[in-house]
Amino acid sequence: MSRTYVTCVVNGDPVDFLCHDYQTLLSALRDELGLTGTKEGCGTGDCGACSVILDGQLVCSCLVFAPEAEGRSIETIEGMAEGQHLHPLQESFLEGAAFQCGVCTPGFLIAAKALLDHNPTPTETEVRYGVAGNLCRCTGYDKIVRSVLDAAVRMREQDTRKETA
Amino acid sequence: MTATRTAYKWVGTRPVRHDGLDKVTGRARFGADFATAGMLHGAVLRSPHAHARIRSIDVSEALAVSGVKAIITGADLPELDDNQVEGGEGNATYRDLSRNILARDKVLYEGHAVAAVAATTLRVAEQAAQLIRVEYQVLAPVLTIEEAMADDAPLLHDDLFTSGLDSPPKEPSNIAARHVTSRGDPDAAWEEADLVVEREYFTKAVHQGYIEPHAVVAQIGEDGKGTVWGSSQGHFVIRTLTANVLGWDPGDMKFIPAEIGGGFGGKTTIYLEPLAALLSRRTGRPVKMVMTRHEVFRATGPTSGTWMKVKMGARKDGKLVAAQAWMAYEAGAFPGSPVGLGVMGIFACYDIPNVYLEGYDVVVNKPKVAAYRAPGAPMVGFAAESVIDELAEQLRIDPVEIRLRNAVAEGVRAVYGPKYRKIGLVETLETARDHPHYSAPLGPWQGRGVASGWWMNYGGETSATVNINSDGTAVVMSGCPDIGGSRASLAQMAAEELGIDVHRIEPVVADTHSIGYNDLTGGSRVTFAVGMAVVSAARELIEDMCSRAARMWDVPPEEVEWVEGRAQSVSGAFPPLTLEELAAGSARTGGPLSATNTVNPRGVGVAFSTQICDVEVDPETGRVTILRYTVAQDAGRAIHPDYVEGQMQGGVVQGIGWALNEEYIFDGDGVMENPGFLDYRMPVASDLPMIDTVIVEVPNPEHPYGVRGVGEVGIVPPLGAVANAVYAATGKRIQELPMSPVKVLEALSSG
Repeated sequence: MSRTYVTCVVNGDPVDFLCHDYQTLLSALRDELGLTGTKEGCGTGDCGACSVILDGQLVCSCLVFAPEAEGRSIETIEGMAEGQHLHPLQESFLEGAAFQCGVCTPGFLIAAKALLDHNPTPTETEVRYGVAGNLCRCTGYDKIVRSVLDAAVRMREQDTRKETA
Repeated sequence: MTATRTAYKWVGTRPVRHDGLDKVTGRARFGADFATAGMLHGAVLRSPHAHARIRSIDVSEALAVSGVKAIITGADLPELDDNQVEGGEGNATYRDLSRNILARDKVLYEGHAVAAVAATTLRVAEQAAQLIRVEYQVLAPVLTIEEAMADDAPLLHDDLFTSGLDSPPKEPSNIAARHVTSRGDPDAAWEEADLVVEREYFTKAVHQGYIEPHAVVAQIGEDGKGTVWGSSQGHFVIRTLTANVLGWDPGDMKFIPAEIGGGFGGKTTIYLEPLAALLSRRTGRPVKMVMTRHEVFRATGPTSGTWMKVKMGARKDGKLVAAQAWMAYEAGAFPGSPVGLGVMGIFACYDIPNVYLEGYDVVVNKPKVAAYRAPGAPMVGFAAESVIDELAEQLRIDPVEIRLRNAVAEGVRAVYGPKYRKIGLVETLETARDHPHYSAPLGPWQGRGVASGWWMNYGGETSATVNINSDGTAVVMSGCPDIGGSRASLAQMAAEELGIDVHRIEPVVADTHSIGYNDLTGGSRVTFAVGMAVVSAARELIEDMCSRAARMWDVPPEEVEWVEGRAQSVSGAFPPLTLEELAAGSARTGGPLSATNTVNPRGVGVAFSTQICDVEVDPETGRVTILRYTVAQDAGRAIHPDYVEGQMQGGVVQGIGWALNEEYIFDGDGVMENPGFLDYRMPVASDLPMIDTVIVEVPNPEHPYGVRGVGEVGIVPPLGAVANAVYAATGKRIQELPMSPVKVLEALSSG
């Protein structure tokens, strides 16, 4: 069976890969590009473990066909830190103990980033609905929600520092 | 080993966990993240029927597909005898375990594995599996306890005879076992009661719901030896089970633990491991197998659905005088429900002089149940805590107060036998009573419920090693997968002992060839039992380092003490030697600094939790919203409070899901209708408030830092607490879980 040649941008870098038409973006990221930070929890778009940002939009990569990535830009967990600097969400999750087993964590971080990219000052309720597409079975969400709220504060402080600098 | 100090530098603090960075950057490797060169992919053919006889299996067409390398069926596994599986958390015989891995003669639930295929790609393996021709003779499924226990019920197993009856049965049945416990004379004691309440309860099968599906890669060489990568709650136990099912020697396989994406008891047994290992042995190539979510629901877990009848009697002052319970648990397709633990746990919170308990383990055409967090206890908690709430209300006694008047404490004999040592139930009840939540105002259609819960915890076989590097840093090795922060808690205890910074310690989960045997990560045991081994190993190292310093100074060993990471001379005659200096010079003082300790500790601290739940019920839709939730749990001593709170919060939310939404739904043929997260509705963030926690610390005298297990007991009270809150909000007692909107509306419209 012939495969499709796809070129796209992943975490700022141009990449290309061959994929079958039935393959999902999740499968392409994990199996063709070796980016296994994005997880498969259900394969039906119900758990959010495979969350990535596609042209600025939060999507379940298990619901996107790999050839659909052609010409588009994808952000995954592997691109969240900038060089040696963790994203404020990653720092908050670490310091706030926002995960136990950690398998849902990449998806939550991506979903939370998508939320804060669009709404830098969310309320607790907005955070809860912002990550309602992501399942965590370990934490009961308490420390996740607190950590996202904490990261929002850190990001605003960073922005303020940048503006005053 | 007893508690020696009360002020600590690292114990009780909240350092960033050592494996944290890998887990927020996507670098942590979970079960499905492993791949190796030349790897084949495996797929499983599963039964479409809940109950059927297998007439024939024809794999010829599937085997002929290009890319298919091997196919195995039940005929490829050795026949095993009825020896009980030891070390796992569920109950099973090896004969049943093997038949659950691949069906023989009969399929016993929809999703039961019938054959496994290895091929060059997953797609080829899946397509070939569909070409395997299985001829079934479909049989009537047995789907409820009531159906299964009926005299004329179709039998799952022709050779299953009930154990634990007064006289051995002559006929086989679907009742695998009867468990009876009693004390005093309940029949006579009802007369002493001023009030007796008797009720019936039902709960549904629910799944552990870990987010990571089961995954494994096996590579077995031509000599029959090999390596298995995968996530589990205990790679030593999984190795033993896998080898025994295949008739191999456990020592021939090295199991390397991946990070585990949740387990909650469900990854204490095997499903894919023997299939991947045998397919690898047959093909000479590594084989990877990963379940879909659909398979996880249909073929792993869940825990038992139950049917319970509970009767309790109290005097006017609230003192319980007698209690009895009849309970039947679904085991799924093979015997081994946690009903025995239900019998132990149903009245374990209360000091009741007259008790009669009877439990039944019942097979039905559903997946074989697996352990789920405090196995068997949440369901009986729902029943007992609902009855106590009713007694309190009718006797006009505050619900916390009635529990305090009956609460077990040190010296009281548990219903299940031993006398309690130091325990903290009373302290959790007092904490709940005094919490501002307990007296906060409520609005219309809002209600408050409380419930307490018990869990026994477990010790278990344990090995740990502490190595000091030449730079004075340390490696703490254990053999229990870290499922929720145990690396950090072990490092903290080692840091406390050695007197060095917790981040100069690297905690490692070692493979089966690198450390001694370890039981499962289960039974709330890791911080307790592995912690004991780590502390003992660290103390042995300290003794070694002090004696080396004594030799260097030419003084008796008792002239040297270990203070904050340094060997000091008691007299002050010599400048102290730091851990770094001792490590750097170890070649001249006797060689590497290393200590290993093994333990099999008894003295687990029994755990109790008391919880307060506020709900609001929407009378138009029947939806129940959790408004506020507070947990008071005895942790003995919280080593890393963040992860203790996390265990409490996570357990509570699983319990809330069990109470309100989660259930296995089957059609009349026994086909699961909701094998996905859309229809099997686990709580999401927008369903919940913050879960407030109060860590109660009644130190366990049997542990050097006073640790009790904290992982499980949190899930025991929520079923009762939510039900009691729904009653307080609506005036309706719902006796069947889940309290889904439909059921709440039905209750509201009933007279």
